[in-house]
Amino acid sequence: MQKIMVCLKRVVDYNVRVRVQPDGSGMALDGVKMAINPFDEIALEEALRIKERGEATEIVAVSLGTHECRQQLRTGLAMGADRAILVETETALEPLGAARILKALVDRETPDLVLLGKQAIDDDNNQTGQMLAALWDRPQATFASEVVLGDGVATVTREVDAGLEVIEVDLPAVITTDLRLNEPRYVKLPDIMKAKKKTLDIVPSQELASGTERQFTILKTESPPARQTGVIVSDVAELVRTLTDKGLL
Amino acid sequence: MARVLIVAEHDGEQLNLSTAKCVSCAMSFENDGIDVAVLAADGQAVAGEAAALEGVRTVLRIDHPTNEVSLAATWAPQIAALAADYSHVFGPSTTFGKDLMPRVAALLGVGQLSDIMSTPDGRVFQRPIYAGNAIVTVEAREDRSVVATVRTASYPAAEDTGNATIEARTLDVELPTHTRFVAQRGDTGSERPDLQTATRVVSGGRALGSPDKFQMIYELADRLGAAVGASRAAVDSGFVANDLQVGQTGKIIAPELYIAVGISGAIQHLTGIKDAGTIVAINKDADAPIFEVADIGLVADLFTVLPELIDTLSS
Ligand SMILES: Cc1cc2nc3c(=O)[nH]c(=O)nc-3n(C[C@H](O)[C@H](O)[C@H](O)COP(=O)(O)OP(=O)(O)OC[C@H]3O[C@@H](n4cnc5c(N)ncnc54)[C@H](O)[C@@H]3O)c2cc1C
Ligand SMILES: Nc1ncnc2c1ncn2[C@@H]1O[C@H](COP(=O)(O)O)[C@@H](O)[C@H]1O
Repeated sequence: MQKIMVCLKRVVDYNVRVRVQPDGSGMALDGVKMAINPFDEIALEEALRIKERGEATEIVAVSLGTHECRQQLRTGLAMGADRAILVETETALEPLGAARILKALVDRETPDLVLLGKQAIDDDNNQTGQMLAALWDRPQATFASEVVLGDGVATVTREVDAGLEVIEVDLPAVITTDLRLNEPRYVKLPDIMKAKKKTLDIVPSQELASGTERQFTILKTESPPARQTGVIVSDVAELVRTLTDKGLL
Repeated sequence: MARVLIVAEHDGEQLNLSTAKCVSCAMSFENDGIDVAVLAADGQAVAGEAAALEGVRTVLRIDHPTNEVSLAATWAPQIAALAADYSHVFGPSTTFGKDLMPRVAALLGVGQLSDIMSTPDGRVFQRPIYAGNAIVTVEAREDRSVVATVRTASYPAAEDTGNATIEARTLDVELPTHTRFVAQRGDTGSERPDLQTATRVVSGGRALGSPDKFQMIYELADRLGAAVGASRAAVDSGFVANDLQVGQTGKIIAPELYIAVGISGAIQHLTGIKDAGTIVAINKDADAPIFEVADIGLVADLFTVLPELIDTLSS
């Protein structure tokens, strides 16, 4: 296999407890710590392991968004990606728009494998990989917890509601990652220095694709209804009594 | 007017309860008819069950040998072909629907809405973002069909008092061969209630420490007739299988009673239990975030209180 394309989305770090703007206009994101989407880090780690096994020769990291996404691409390069592409857009993309841009990039780069996260933890959409696979008319293997490459095929174990499912797909294909696929490596300081010399191309999104405008209008953003404060019981007897009183036992 | 097509989730023999929940969602706004598509090798039994769902007008039965297994790559073009007659195409927000529906939407050239929780009119929708830290209200365009996954924990199952017509259909669609089913591994045939539909759930976290100790969770669950769940840390540590994970990347559940044992209450876990009726937390750390959402909290060492609780419930 020659080339793997990996998608890295810039999102709010998963440790941050984000809040809704008091006026309902969106999330309060000023000064909040940003990071690579955790599932995308896992996607990149998988690509690196495939390359280290000698089963791929080049890894291209891709991010779609504002100029600031260069930060996440630099981290990806430090982790070990060979080069990076930022497709610059100012408006926040919906998954279909992102997939259309990625399809255009796939036509240009002709990768054998595209690895994405199963979902971005900001909008929790879980759509982009599946949409890319549809537009590209290629297989999709979503929610992967194991990927084994063979001759022109990938055997993928998927985490599904009923347990695990194994499917085989012809390459090129789209694979989206679940959390148990691997544990991403930490970036070492010398690698950050080395990564500065790697190529990071910037392409305006209009140059690649049309039909990326939003289809859904956001009317408002609210906090979910809060749960009522509960009681603290002192021992098992009181716990059982409280549950019985509520008619739950 | 709105016409809704729902993609049935099933295992070839039985309809999954998630389909009845999609029907409830479709019934919650005014429309001109709700149809259910059953793709199977032989869909007779499943189509029969779907036809019994209250609110369904027609069940479209698409029998094809390829449909024996539900692969998004082969199902999506068939659903897309059917979609022309509908303003709305819904699937459940289970791993089945999440895999399939975006592929359907992209084939139709439209966006997709994930995890819809409510809709007053089939045009405006509410859905959770940021692991449930926020709810957005979005409006879909009039001139496009709406493809969506329905958050099953937000809807009751439609009753089975209906009597829809069943219509066999053959589709003239070319099906790709680039994706092949190999095997399914799972905890089939378990005697325990199903995690996604159980009215009571007992979950264990990292604090259980080992698969052996995790047996206490099973014992407590058995005393209560409850399903068993787990945190991601418990699954990652190998105490239980992945299909028991509750949370943002696991199952979203809405039991009447949820008992969390040795679980800290990370936001990604809490996402999965927001709609639970009563949440009980047992944790030795009084500052654990799980107590912020618990209706009943017990600050104690689980290795002391769990045996006690199991004993009390046995007598
Ligand atoms: C993208 C992403 C998605 C995720 N999705 C999920 C998800 O779907 N579901 C999920 O659960 N997590 C998910 N996580 C992980 C989540 O952030 C937490 O790491 C995880 O939920 C922690 O599991 P835990 O509560 O069992 O372990 P811990 O956080 O380690 O908590 C263990 C708790 O046990 C208590 N304890 C220890 N000993 C005892 C004792 N003897 N008696 C009583 N209490 C004791 C401790 O006080 C502590 O509160 C996700 C994380 C990321 C980044
Ligand atoms: N703007 C983006 N830049 C890079 N990758 C993206 C972007 N949006 C989505 N993706 C990829 O698609 C996956 C699923 O995203 P989503 O469908 O938005 O949940 C993410 O985990 C990323 O791998």
